[in-house]
Amino acid sequence: MPIPFTTQIINLLASVLLLIAFAMLSQRRILSLINLFAWQGLVLAVSTFVVAYSTAQHHLYYSAALTLLLKVLILPWLLHRLIRKLNVKWDVETLINIPATMLVGIALVIFAFNLAAPISQLSESITRGLIGIALASVLLSLLMMLTRRKAVPQVVGFLAMENGLFFAATSATHGMPLVVELGIALDVLVGTFIFGIFFFQLRETFDSLDITHMEKLRDD
Amino acid sequence: MMAMDQTLGILFQLCQSLLVVMLAPLLMGWVGQCRAWLQNRSGPGLLQPYRSLRKLFHKDAVLAHNASPLFRATPYILFGCMWLAAAIIPIIAVDLPFSPAADVIALVGVFALARVFISLAAMDIGTAFGSLGARREMLVSFLAEPALLMVFFTSSLISHSTQLPHIVDTFAHHEFVLYPSLAFAGLAFVIVLLAENARIPVDNPSTHLELTMVHEAMILEYSARHLALVEWASSLKLLAYISIGIALFLPHGIAEVGNWGALPLAIAALLTKLALAGAGLALLETFLAKMRIFRVPEFLGTAFLLAVLGLLIHFLLGA
Amino acid sequence: MIDMQLMALLLTPLLGGLLLALFGSRKWAAELNSLMSGGTFVASVALTVRVVESGPQVAFNEQFFIDQFNVFLVALTAFVAFTTSLFSRPYMRVEQDHGKLSTPRLHLYYSMYQMFTLSMLVALTTNNMGIIWVAMEAATLTTVLLVSLYRTPASLEAAWKYFILCGVGIALALFGTILLYFAAERVLGQGGTALLWTHLNQVKVDLEPTVLKLAFVFLLVGYGTKIGLVPLHSWLPDAHAEGPTPVSAVLSGLLLNVALCAVMRSKVLVDGSLGTHFAGNLMMGFGLLSVVVAALFLSRQKDIKRMFAYSSIEHMGLITFAFGMGGPVATFAGMLHMTMHSLTKSAIFFAVGHAAQKAGTQQMEDIRGMLQISPTVGWGLMLGTLAILGIPPFGVFASEFLLITTAMHDYPWTTPILLMALGIAFAAIFGKVQPIVFGETTASRLPHPPALIPVFTHLLLVLILGLYMPPYLANWYRQAAALLG
Repeated sequence: MPIPFTTQIINLLASVLLLIAFAMLSQRRILSLINLFAWQGLVLAVSTFVVAYSTAQHHLYYSAALTLLLKVLILPWLLHRLIRKLNVKWDVETLINIPATMLVGIALVIFAFNLAAPISQLSESITRGLIGIALASVLLSLLMMLTRRKAVPQVVGFLAMENGLFFAATSATHGMPLVVELGIALDVLVGTFIFGIFFFQLRETFDSLDITHMEKLRDD
Repeated sequence: MMAMDQTLGILFQLCQSLLVVMLAPLLMGWVGQCRAWLQNRSGPGLLQPYRSLRKLFHKDAVLAHNASPLFRATPYILFGCMWLAAAIIPIIAVDLPFSPAADVIALVGVFALARVFISLAAMDIGTAFGSLGARREMLVSFLAEPALLMVFFTSSLISHSTQLPHIVDTFAHHEFVLYPSLAFAGLAFVIVLLAENARIPVDNPSTHLELTMVHEAMILEYSARHLALVEWASSLKLLAYISIGIALFLPHGIAEVGNWGALPLAIAALLTKLALAGAGLALLETFLAKMRIFRVPEFLGTAFLLAVLGLLIHFLLGA
Repeated sequence: MIDMQLMALLLTPLLGGLLLALFGSRKWAAELNSLMSGGTFVASVALTVRVVESGPQVAFNEQFFIDQFNVFLVALTAFVAFTTSLFSRPYMRVEQDHGKLSTPRLHLYYSMYQMFTLSMLVALTTNNMGIIWVAMEAATLTTVLLVSLYRTPASLEAAWKYFILCGVGIALALFGTILLYFAAERVLGQGGTALLWTHLNQVKVDLEPTVLKLAFVFLLVGYGTKIGLVPLHSWLPDAHAEGPTPVSAVLSGLLLNVALCAVMRSKVLVDGSLGTHFAGNLMMGFGLLSVVVAALFLSRQKDIKRMFAYSSIEHMGLITFAFGMGGPVATFAGMLHMTMHSLTKSAIFFAVGHAAQKAGTQQMEDIRGMLQISPTVGWGLMLGTLAILGIPPFGVFASEFLLITTAMHDYPWTTPILLMALGIAFAAIFGKVQPIVFGETTASRLPHPPALIPVFTHLLLVLILGLYMPPYLANWYRQAAALLG
């Protein structure tokens, strides 16, 4: 049975999403990281749109529009503004060991695909492998948060993780109920604002956005 | 009828072998010319590689005192390997008599054989540059080869065969399907191509800057007809790589064997694709900057990553 | 009718949040805060009476669902939120007089306090598994700025850790929710009903077990981060130690329960679908690990609030373990322990807050002789500590006794582990609290009287429930335990 063209496109977009997750993992510069995040949002919006078109579900068009607005326009704009105001626009993260991170990343992808394999086998829907890809990009963003020592990249990783989840919600399961999606979007938006407030508090207190300053609280 | 088919097949094979060996320097010339245009220079012209080859063949060869027979034999081995590789890759017709030999893993082996000889020859004289070049070449290929194999595995998984003609057949004669895994493999392949053919950003083919050169450092001791053969082999290698790329990712328009009518169209399609690939290569080389040798592992690591991702995505999505 | 009652329950904190967002800087903001919390408590009592009388109900187009289990948590939440607001009024005044907090920060505190209550109540009463997630995330968002209210480096670090860890955790829970929807959508079809718990509960045997298994792992890890289960607990001691004491009290006494409620909802679905004890076993494992690790960490603590935070981890572990065992008795014990722990732990935090305020430090070495400084605070702390350590006749003893006897019956091998952990915890906490209460002090008596009505109210309740369980309450808990299976 030939795969419908829209499914091919969604599969392609899913792969691009994964690729961007890897690119973010290896990106040292904050500015490029934010741009990558915006691209990821765009891929997400387009794939949601294609799913909406192929399954003729109208509420997914709203999701796509919401994604476009929130993840491609508002959040990157907010982040750009933040890094300009905080004067960390050209910050470079020097500590990450890219090849090792990449290998761990590949291992994570294999792990995620393995976890999702039984699920994709029992699904006859057009988008059977997408749960695995979404899970992989969630885990990659998690890895990115773990490897970063600066506050802004950590937050971008957090938001990218939300992107992976949104992808799972819209493409793999054809959209959660709209009220849930709106709630999630609201939480993400408020969360970003709070992160923004945090950045200023952190800089005021520690004079930098380096979270290595914040390893005082621990049990000896 | 069988005999007729076989003769035709051999004719086709011969035709392709001659075509590639004559075409390879032209491709080099085309890439150089494109680069010149992109850099707002007038350029040496398309035929410059032929002129250089002729000049080199007319000169007297000079050999170091301590050169071993290996050093002298290497240019011929190199040329032979590359010619073989370029001749068996199905570029104008699918089912050539030699094509069972065109197994992708065997092709990697042929390239590896050539590399072993050129590296040994580079160290044979014992100059500092020779061994430096050989070491760097080994570093690059050590990283590029796994990526290349991964690329091949991905396309083999889709077409269920490691036979290049079979892969081409699968892709060329079925309805068009978007393969995300192949897109990843394609990107990885481009990176490997740049690295293996000593192009920017891994190596700069047009400079003898001692600190950065890789390939040029290995062939510094060659002169005259030996150098000509090495250069010619290099251009054949580029042609072979681009042909593999075309065969794997853009095989549409290839002719069936014995179908004389489709041949002109196939050759025209091939020439167009080669011209486009050459122009694309020149464009890439213009945009990219030569990277420090220590960044090369990262660059090739990316290729490996992409290829592995392609493979994994194939397993998950089945596409 | 139920719609109206529910609306009253949810709109009161919402209104409170809005009013306090507008007038949080006024002098009477603290009183308004208490008033709104009191109103919420009254609404919750009305709702409770109704649900206990007439059984589980849905409201607002099935978007909300109230049964005996979550109405129990609603009542508990509203009650502790109310008493905490009473406690925070004088406590925050003192902090303000000491110059640790400014009026704008108090403004933030009051409005966020109400919003936090709202998000917890929504998480408890909603019928939609997706909205549970949204409300849990909202609970994090509203408290994260409260943890960093003092703006000290340590509090910022604690808040950052809390935000990132709980954010990551809750993201995994969202993935679990998506998987749940993925499984439900095949049975219930697209659209709004596929995430409604009541509908899911009806069709749980038809849900795809492989997906649900994976979903539960994600949900447990995600919400488990919020419960503070080991090894996902590292935010909890920091946030409790560095945040203002009322925030520690509601985090420990309420938020952890609400997260556990979300896990319980998932557990009912998953074990129902699998027909095995998969989810219960996982919960038992995490619970046991938390009890043991927290008990071992207790003796190493120097900061008093941090120590009681570890005690919270220990008790949440116990409750998770009890719910994991399942069965009417164990679930009953878990719910009873939840009640006792919430009441006792918040009372302890109130007393500890006053003690730390008087000593000017949270380091236990420097707090000595509370009985001399202020007998009421000293006795409050001592009695609270005895209660949480499970000394009879306090209610914690009853619930722990019930829990351990059930464990002895169903899973005998866990009993020595539990008893040992409780013993270690007893030695550690008692050894540290004893000199704080009875030691010699150099500090002088404090000028302002402590607000100890909430402390003694809570402790009295715990004592009464330990001695005598009213049939009404017992009946109610039994019904709830039967619902959870």
